[in-house]
Amino acid sequence: MSTTNVAPQGTGGQLGRKRIVNDMSIQVATVNGSGSQSSNTVLLRAIFQMGVPVSGKNLFPSNIAGLPTWYTIRANKEGYIGRKKEIDFLVAMNPETAQDDVMSLAPGASVLYDEPLALDKLRNDLVFYYVPYDKIVAAVCPEAKLRKLVKNMVYVGVVAQLLEIEMGEVEKAIRKQFAKKAKAANLNLAAAQAGFDYAKGNLVKRGAFYIERMNKTAGKIIVDGNSAAALGCVFAGCTVVTWYPITPSSSLVETMIEYMKEYRIGPDGKATFAIVQAEDELAAIGMVIGAGWAGARSMTATAGPGISLMSEFAGLAYYAEVPGVIWDIQRVGPSTGLPTRTSQGDILSTAFLSHGDTKHIMLIPSSVAECFSMAQDAFNLAEQFQTLVFVMSDLDLGMNNWMSDPFDYPSTPIKRGKILSKGDLDKLGGFARYKDLDGDGVGYRTLPGTDHPAAAYFTRGSGHNDKSSYSERPDDYENNMERLNRKFETARSFVPRPEIQKGTNAQIGIIAYGTSHWGVIESRDQLRSEYGIETDYLRMRAYPFTREVHDFVEQHDRVYVVEQNRDAQMLSLLKLDLKPELTTRLRSIAHLDGLPLDARSVTDELSTMEGK
Amino acid sequence: MATTPTAEPRTNRIGLTVIEYKGGKTTLCAGCGHNAISERILEAMYEMGVPPERVVKLSGIGCSSKSPAYFMNRSHSFNSVHGRMPSVATGALLANRNLLALGVSGDGDTASIGIGQFVHLMRRNLPLIYIIEDNGVYGLTKGQFSATADLGSKLKTGVINDLPPIDTCGLAIELGATFVGRSFSGDKKQLSAMMKAAIAHHGTVMLDVVSPCVTFNDHEGSTKSYKYVKDHDEILQEISFVPHFEDIDVEYDAGTTVDVTMHDGSHLQLRKLEEDYDPTDRIRAMTRLAEAHDKGEVLTGLFYVNTKAPTFLELLNMIGEPLATLPESLVRPGREALEAAMEELR
Repeated sequence: MSTTNVAPQGTGGQLGRKRIVNDMSIQVATVNGSGSQSSNTVLLRAIFQMGVPVSGKNLFPSNIAGLPTWYTIRANKEGYIGRKKEIDFLVAMNPETAQDDVMSLAPGASVLYDEPLALDKLRNDLVFYYVPYDKIVAAVCPEAKLRKLVKNMVYVGVVAQLLEIEMGEVEKAIRKQFAKKAKAANLNLAAAQAGFDYAKGNLVKRGAFYIERMNKTAGKIIVDGNSAAALGCVFAGCTVVTWYPITPSSSLVETMIEYMKEYRIGPDGKATFAIVQAEDELAAIGMVIGAGWAGARSMTATAGPGISLMSEFAGLAYYAEVPGVIWDIQRVGPSTGLPTRTSQGDILSTAFLSHGDTKHIMLIPSSVAECFSMAQDAFNLAEQFQTLVFVMSDLDLGMNNWMSDPFDYPSTPIKRGKILSKGDLDKLGGFARYKDLDGDGVGYRTLPGTDHPAAAYFTRGSGHNDKSSYSERPDDYENNMERLNRKFETARSFVPRPEIQKGTNAQIGIIAYGTSHWGVIESRDQLRSEYGIETDYLRMRAYPFTREVHDFVEQHDRVYVVEQNRDAQMLSLLKLDLKPELTTRLRSIAHLDGLPLDARSVTDELSTMEGK
Repeated sequence: MATTPTAEPRTNRIGLTVIEYKGGKTTLCAGCGHNAISERILEAMYEMGVPPERVVKLSGIGCSSKSPAYFMNRSHSFNSVHGRMPSVATGALLANRNLLALGVSGDGDTASIGIGQFVHLMRRNLPLIYIIEDNGVYGLTKGQFSATADLGSKLKTGVINDLPPIDTCGLAIELGATFVGRSFSGDKKQLSAMMKAAIAHHGTVMLDVVSPCVTFNDHEGSTKSYKYVKDHDEILQEISFVPHFEDIDVEYDAGTTVDVTMHDGSHLQLRKLEEDYDPTDRIRAMTRLAEAHDKGEVLTGLFYVNTKAPTFLELLNMIGEPLATLPESLVRPGREALEAAMEELR
């Protein structure tokens, strides 16, 4: 294979006539702060607009400018939108990482590089194209200070030409990206066109990869999970948001502020919400609890370190029975760790967050559509069960771009749970806050400000009887704990049920949740086609586990629990819930490198464990 | 046996008797300053005619924070976690801006574990009455120093405090609270007037009430004992309060008395004992507090008041009705809104 493929130097060498259509990963290696995000979004959208399923994943540093960043666009005609390990087309813009990036490619991949980098000497089993970016940019962008930003749009044009992405779609994507800035749109369009023209006149296409128009994206949307969650909360009737900035959750609230301004300001110009940036996560959760207690639909969004800080208050909310919604956009580790890498590492600590006997409802979205729908579920369940509900998203879902069907409008009215009004109290005469009248473990509450002499009750931690009076009596404590447990058991049949895909008589089951879903569904197809391994699949959507989860384990000889943490956290949680004789059926496939789970990793590990 | 006719019980302007402002029986030590403060609070609420159902009582952890159980049973109450009542109070007011929020804290709950939330509460000027029942020690854990203990003050065990105290009033003024004063649980008249003015105020009220701990900090050598405070109490001004629903019947001399018109139309009359003291002068207030520390005075009175500053709730541009009870039609946008949002993402 020849080392370069750039006219006029090289037309020699032979590459097979293999034509790979609508099935590739394009990776753009750049530095953060260089404006490449716009270019990458344009490229992603242009492919999407050609009807080809896509996903975009940003691998970025915890830094504002100057460190390496990789953006990977996966186009796949089958609709697989999880991460793919292998890169097929590298756009090497970052001198610092270019060598490593090139060396890690599989044979046959294409590389597009900035001329001075001279990467073509590194390997002889790749297809290389170079572009003199600075010359092209200088011609289209008279303003020197804008050239650094516009340079990135040049590669969009080059890639479009090489992969046969239609320039009309590139233009449409640029117009959308710079919708409110016509001047910027024109400048970027000129840059993309210059790249396209350069490629057309100077590069000879020799790589195997092509984009062809198809029809798998009609009507679909592209959005990141945090924006979807934000929109979900706006439609869930959330009224109070208190937060403390932390990656990767900040964009959830920031987007929500925009959506709230757009959709939740009345004709009188007044807001039907309050959003407060708190001094820390301790205050954020305290405000959520104060607001939930006083009747607001309140929420916060955070990540693992914030969850840790919220621990004490989470226990108070559990015992005092105060509703609230907490979005945990999971990421890797504390302090200067890997705050910009994804993880499912907060499952076990969140399930039992706080001291004493506490357990919490968790909802686990896999998709942007579920970020929207589970926002509705979360607020309803929080109020129905008068407790905190944690929505366990992650960085991969929250911050990356996902293709989706448009979201369905909420199908049920807002459920506010058992709240006694003044009228109710007029009829009843009084109430006992923590008395289990309905046998479901859930008492009736009143909201502060209810204009009735019998409305008030005293809210405190675990030391109270069912009339909410202070009590240190052993039987009061025990009865209360048993009732709280009854409430949690009731929640089993109210949380979202798992999604189950079953074939005929497979002995092997796979359990996964959250973003691990995308790697798993692709892996199941690989296992079938490459190894002849048939699997059934259960995608968990909530804790406490519903009946179906128990049944699924019971129906399979071996159940692989796939998750993105080291210690098999969900598997551990399952062990606590299952009949002891079933726990030996569980096997762990754990993925923990901070990158989104890819199908190949699951396939390799599962097939090995199956002795294949 | 003759029966004596029962007189109609006295009621306030909303027709409630003082009994209807009572709480549970106190479990604090006999003679605890906190009990006197509870009494002043419920009397002020009664005399101001505040509907108890409109009040929320919030507290953290400690002896002080137990006290909301001992007054106003007809008000919702939340005994939250240590040092973090301000955030719970903030949330409650976001949910329902019509509530009258009363936060009861202690010196440990505020100045040590709670100092972070305290300072941020003060800078927001949230409409809330924040009372520190300040005895300089942790009572519920049996007598350790708190961060408001004075330099040189002695514990029962003989341990001397060698760190300077945090002046919560100085902090509150510096950070943006708009009604800041110090009183003494034993000064019924001053505390009552300040409590009523606090109810009339629109913004953050921060009252540091020195409230001796009879069990752990009322001995010789303590600077928070009844005796020490009585001996060193330096009163800044004589305070009278005329609620908006009563006429002013005492003439005052503008040269000797400062009249502050409160947000609700009530009048706060401060008869100057220090000629040049102006309670609307923030810088002067902080200077005077620093002087008091240097002189070893327990300075009490209203240090600072600002009736004009916007409250945190006003800055949020919220709808007038409580967010807590807005109907679905106001908090869930229609189908066309979702469709518009989807179209933007296509």
